[in-house]
Amino acid sequence: MNTSNRLMLTVVCEAVLEPLLEEELPPLGVTGYTITDARGLGSHGRRSGAWRKEGNIRVDILCDPALAERVAEHLRREYEANYGLLIFSAPVQVHSA
Amino acid sequence: MSFEPVVLFFLLGVAAGLARSDLKIPSSIYDALSIFLLLAIGLKGGVMLAEHAEPGMLLDGAVIVLAGALIPFIAFPLLRWVGRMNRADSASIAAHYGSVSVVTFSVGVTFLAQEGQAYEGYMIAFLVLLEMPALVIGVLLARHGQGSVKWGKLLHEVFFGKSIFLLAGGLLIGYLAGAEGIKPLDKLFFDLFKGVLALFLLEMGLVAAGRVADLRAHGPFLISFAMVMPLIAGLLGVVVAWSVGLTLGGALLLATLYASASYIAAPAAMRIAVPEANPGLSIGAALGVTFPFNLFVGIPVYYWMAQTLYRFGG
Repeated sequence: MNTSNRLMLTVVCEAVLEPLLEEELPPLGVTGYTITDARGLGSHGRRSGAWRKEGNIRVDILCDPALAERVAEHLRREYEANYGLLIFSAPVQVHSA
Repeated sequence: MSFEPVVLFFLLGVAAGLARSDLKIPSSIYDALSIFLLLAIGLKGGVMLAEHAEPGMLLDGAVIVLAGALIPFIAFPLLRWVGRMNRADSASIAAHYGSVSVVTFSVGVTFLAQEGQAYEGYMIAFLVLLEMPALVIGVLLARHGQGSVKWGKLLHEVFFGKSIFLLAGGLLIGYLAGAEGIKPLDKLFFDLFKGVLALFLLEMGLVAAGRVADLRAHGPFLISFAMVMPLIAGLLGVVVAWSVGLTLGGALLLATLYASASYIAAPAAMRIAVPEANPGLSIGAALGVTFPFNLFVGIPVYYWMAQTLYRFGG
């Protein structure tokens, strides 16, 4: 089994942005991601997720630091001013066959 | 005046929300309920359209859609200059009020059934037609020639968002199938309609209860607006319906459509096209005030307005 060191870039944002991200991530160089529905509490209040339009999504992207930087910069430039958006990354080990 | 029991489910939802009950409708069930309602309304409209289609309704339809497009132009100056709200918020709220609410319309339909009033089946087509213009007008008002708009995204959201898509699709299927052809589906789509509407209203009550805090923060102007605007738009609807010669039932439904504020299609569209507008304001007003206002006060008032005008106007 091979292991490699990568970054897991996590984006928590409003669910309404999902179709925009699906369109914008691949051209930045993202080849894969996982999206899950999310709910919680943050600076934009309680996001209950009880209702599709006020839910959040969590997007996990495995990537190298340069790509993570590029994605984070793009998302912050486009969406930080007007949307609930939280971006963080952590080093992870990827296990693949 | 008779009282429509399905609206009590809305109150039940509000009570559960305020009491912090653990009642929660899972979002997949909410989605399923809304798909059912949109298709059922579309099918019903299509069947009625197949029975009573006449060319004259095209002209009436144009008048109804054009008059409906006035609503955001009435709402915007009120919000901007009387309410002193910023341009983006005023435009976004105006778009919500110009657009329509499928569930408010459905309650209007059950109200008419209770009253034993007939209505023009093609009113349901206006659910589809009245949803769009206000959203585009809202974006134009917000932009005022400045800044870029993601028009492609917005139009895609409007035309292919599930509400328009399913309503229009149901309308077409109902129209093609006709009353006889749709019979095998009657039990699911027509007989269960009111029960599903009741469940949906329960969920809307839960969501609306969560909006009360938002509204408290935004003060008396927005709350008054959310009750006065539907009355203005409802009156416009009654007058337009009367002038194009709709039945009394049709007048109530048109008034309800004009008076209703969108809280499903418009929030999504405005969030994309006018992101700097605060969604808490528009959804809070549309769902927290106008929706229950229409359910409990508006619909009976528009019915009274229509009865009065039809009695004296001939």
